[in-house]
Amino acid sequence: MDDLLSEFLTETSESLSTLDVALVNLEQNPNDPQILGNIFRLVHTIKGTCGFLGLPRLEHVAHAGENVLGKFRDGELEVTPDAVTLILQSIDRIKLILGHLEQNECEPEGSDDDLIARLNAMADGRAAGAPPPPPPPPMPTFESVASAPAPAPAAEPAAAAPPPPEPEPEEEPAPAPKASVPATTAPPPAVAAPAAPVPVGEAKESAVAAQTIRVNVELLENLMTLVSELVLTRNQLLQMVRGKDDSEFATPLQRLSHITTDLQEGVMKTRMQPIGNAWAKLPRIVRDLALEMNKKIDLQMLGAETELDRQVLELIKDPLTHMVRNSADHGLEPTEERKRIGKPEVGKVVLNAYHEGGHIIIEISDDGRGLNLDRIKQKAIQNGIATESELETMTPQQIYQYIFKAGFSTAEKVTSVSGRGVGMDVVRTNIEKIGGTVELKSQPGKGSSFIIKIPLTLAIVSALIVECASERFAIPQISVLELVRVTGNSEHGIEMINNAPVLRLRDRLLPLVSLKRLLKLADGDDEQQETFIVVTQVGTYTFGIIVDRVFDTEEIVVKPVAPILRHISMFSGNTILGDGSVIMILDPNGIAGATGESGLLGGTQTAEAQVMRESHADAKTSLLVFRAGGDDLKAVPLALVARLEEIEVTEIEHSHGKPMVQYRGHLMPLIGIEGVLNLRDEGRQPVLVFSDQEHTMGLVVDEIVDIVEDRLKVELSTDGAGIIGTAVIAGKATTIIDAGYYLPQAFGDWFGRNEKEYGSSDAHPPRVLLVDDSPFFRNLLTPLLSVAGYEVISVESADRALALREQGNEFDAIISDIEMPGMNGFEFANAVRSDARWAQVPMVALSSHATEKDFERGRQVGFNDYIAKFDRDALLQTLASTIAAAKGAA
Amino acid sequence: MNQIVPAGKRPSTELAAPETQDFVTMFIEGQLFGIPVLTVQDVLGPQKITRIPLAPREVAGSLNLRGRIVTAIDVRLRLGLPKRSEEKKGMSVVVDMGGELYSLMVDQVGEVLSLPAAKFERNPPTLDLHWREFSIGIYRLEDKLLVVLDVGKLLDFTRNE
Repeated sequence: MDDLLSEFLTETSESLSTLDVALVNLEQNPNDPQILGNIFRLVHTIKGTCGFLGLPRLEHVAHAGENVLGKFRDGELEVTPDAVTLILQSIDRIKLILGHLEQNECEPEGSDDDLIARLNAMADGRAAGAPPPPPPPPMPTFESVASAPAPAPAAEPAAAAPPPPEPEPEEEPAPAPKASVPATTAPPPAVAAPAAPVPVGEAKESAVAAQTIRVNVELLENLMTLVSELVLTRNQLLQMVRGKDDSEFATPLQRLSHITTDLQEGVMKTRMQPIGNAWAKLPRIVRDLALEMNKKIDLQMLGAETELDRQVLELIKDPLTHMVRNSADHGLEPTEERKRIGKPEVGKVVLNAYHEGGHIIIEISDDGRGLNLDRIKQKAIQNGIATESELETMTPQQIYQYIFKAGFSTAEKVTSVSGRGVGMDVVRTNIEKIGGTVELKSQPGKGSSFIIKIPLTLAIVSALIVECASERFAIPQISVLELVRVTGNSEHGIEMINNAPVLRLRDRLLPLVSLKRLLKLADGDDEQQETFIVVTQVGTYTFGIIVDRVFDTEEIVVKPVAPILRHISMFSGNTILGDGSVIMILDPNGIAGATGESGLLGGTQTAEAQVMRESHADAKTSLLVFRAGGDDLKAVPLALVARLEEIEVTEIEHSHGKPMVQYRGHLMPLIGIEGVLNLRDEGRQPVLVFSDQEHTMGLVVDEIVDIVEDRLKVELSTDGAGIIGTAVIAGKATTIIDAGYYLPQAFGDWFGRNEKEYGSSDAHPPRVLLVDDSPFFRNLLTPLLSVAGYEVISVESADRALALREQGNEFDAIISDIEMPGMNGFEFANAVRSDARWAQVPMVALSSHATEKDFERGRQVGFNDYIAKFDRDALLQTLASTIAAAKGAA
Repeated sequence: MNQIVPAGKRPSTELAAPETQDFVTMFIEGQLFGIPVLTVQDVLGPQKITRIPLAPREVAGSLNLRGRIVTAIDVRLRLGLPKRSEEKKGMSVVVDMGGELYSLMVDQVGEVLSLPAAKFERNPPTLDLHWREFSIGIYRLEDKLLVVLDVGKLLDFTRNE
């Protein structure tokens, strides 16, 4: 018999027996989504597999059954005994067909239209009441197996009884093969042994069983354990003899040692299999898929000889099949489309497996269209997982992660191949179950790739041994990225944001988790001089675990924890170290979960941060964070603040009912935030001093909190006067104050003065066009410039700026950022200079790259001047002089 | 959890045997306890125990018994008694429960006694609620009383959380 077929038979009959049990369970707990999910998956797998094996009859029955189950799952159909009966019947039908298949290697003749019709009716929601046609025409063509398990009109009670009872023979119309409701636990062969003409069941058992010898995994497991023990004992013995050169044990011990090592390798090997075994089915699946979908697919399999633990292999087989199927079905475009967009006609799906540091990496990539971001967004909104505004703030990477959510299929139509949403959530769950991770990369139009990282073997993992509060713990090496040593005076220091420890690591804030606190190991927070941070990655979420000491890495044999401890999510198991002591194995997933980061969305935080960093690598700003008129944090860009002062309250004087102080020979008015002035009764009053040439103004605040250097992204803008908006600064929502609002409050003539200063004959102040892609800079510079007396128009891109030119706008000066997406500053300057309309307008470049070379290049393309960002004074001066020069020239 | 279950309804299958039953005896705070000898795998002296953070407080930790990881339960704490003072070394009885090994930490392990069913009595109703939970019944010995511990209940942590 075809290997594929026989394997299918073995597998399917296993699934079927599980199904029977699960279905009966379902009937008892109709609302348990887990059971339902399980059943759905099993049927889905059966359907999927037989589709590829060319078993249309089976496939159709399974497909129809799956439809009904899908409705159950989505809550569109109620789980009634009738419905379950119907599903059980279709499973019986599947068994029957399988029996024949086993014997004759082909599907029996006949049709399942009646059953399918009823299933479809059920799926459409109209079947519940409609009794099936009484004694159904029992498929006249169905010869070899006398009569099908009659779609019994009265089978309902059978299924309704909780422990699956023997089928009620009296209700069976035919001298029935009693394959209908099998005993719960018995595998199908036992059940399907009716006195029917053909002893289907028995045949199956013998035929398939004879071909494979299935070694009980438990046996191997036991062997493995014994060997591990042997290794440990050997190590202890070696320890004892070490240092005694003349020991008579030395030689035999060495021999023992060698043999033990060999034995260990041997036993490991019994469990190791080339990954190619798991791939064996794929070429055919892909080939059939190619035919069905009318695509040309080239499946490349690299590294098929890479070996990994049998147990792991079993567990990743299905996920792999799913993913390859997905790539071929959804990933690759139809041939026509490929031709149209100029890609090679033949789509490529590449499977690549290799070892990397105790792990095996499997990559599945295709050169198809990539993930459809919009569809994922749509679907996420549809499924209520995320709102539109949430999606707005997410990076594509974050959004892609949604495909790992349950019930998330973006396939436009449900094909027989895929698109039922079974896929990726199961894949992820299965892989994580074995301590692995899945990463996903996708590029629109270029394809997507999944990278699976799994441990070589489940039995032995490499772990980092750490110590915390004198207790040792193991952290699986797979999730450890790096180790950072932190001492009291090193440049890396742990900083606290309101009790949340963080570490600056290469221009990034790494959230930290104190193991001591997490595991409640120590009562007091006795700060240590030296600690270590284990930088750990779960999915795409990176965080640091603070520990006291780090020892070696060690190969450990993972053992599950006792049942009474299973509820502690911080541990994935325990193990015995070489020195014989027991040690708990930390579960990075659990720790990440405990710190409030779920694997999925939180996980993408760093991804987001990274992306942001890339796009705004230089957009860090120093911000002064303070409190005033309330507990919430407020901030102003530090560049706007001239000085921070503390003024003796007694020095504050009042004039015209307004508070002011004498400050450096001038009177400085004091202004309160939001018009509320809360002066202290005694002591010193902190004041932010804003200054512009001869005018100074004091903004009264309650408390100066910190100066933070952070990327400033105003996320919520408000209409409130004096407020630019709200941004997240150092992890806290902070109100950004518009200093430009407060300045005129202090001096009525703040603007008037400017007009005088520029002394232009024009009635209107100079108009400045500000081009910067960063909303922050627009928000920062606009008030700054308007305070300085300019009329500012700001746009976020060069294109917009040029559009203004087309509209006939005129400006006295243009300030432009250099690094911008789309057209950059240099290109923009070229564009401006090449057209007569704005050719004479002075241009000032703003950039964080203020090197001589940049200046030179800036001048060449037509910028009149080039200033470094953040240099506020230089900007104002330059602007004034450039405009003056331009006016003078004109 | 602390509802009062009539002592008579306690499962007493182990005690149903008409003749005698063998018990491993142990002492905690001077009180004699017994568990059926067949449930006992090992008797251990003081062991190096690894603390398990976040575990219930009665779980003393885990230890390595010939390559198997055994979870140690402090029976004193389980029975609501104070922790054993540091200087006194305890002993442990290792039992098998559903394939998992547990080590019951007691003050001292005594001899194995064959006890006739006739000397068995149910828990007196005055017995401390906490104890009644874990006691199957009492054997009247010549000079003292032996409390038969219900190992299953002792290890069933789901009930008191």
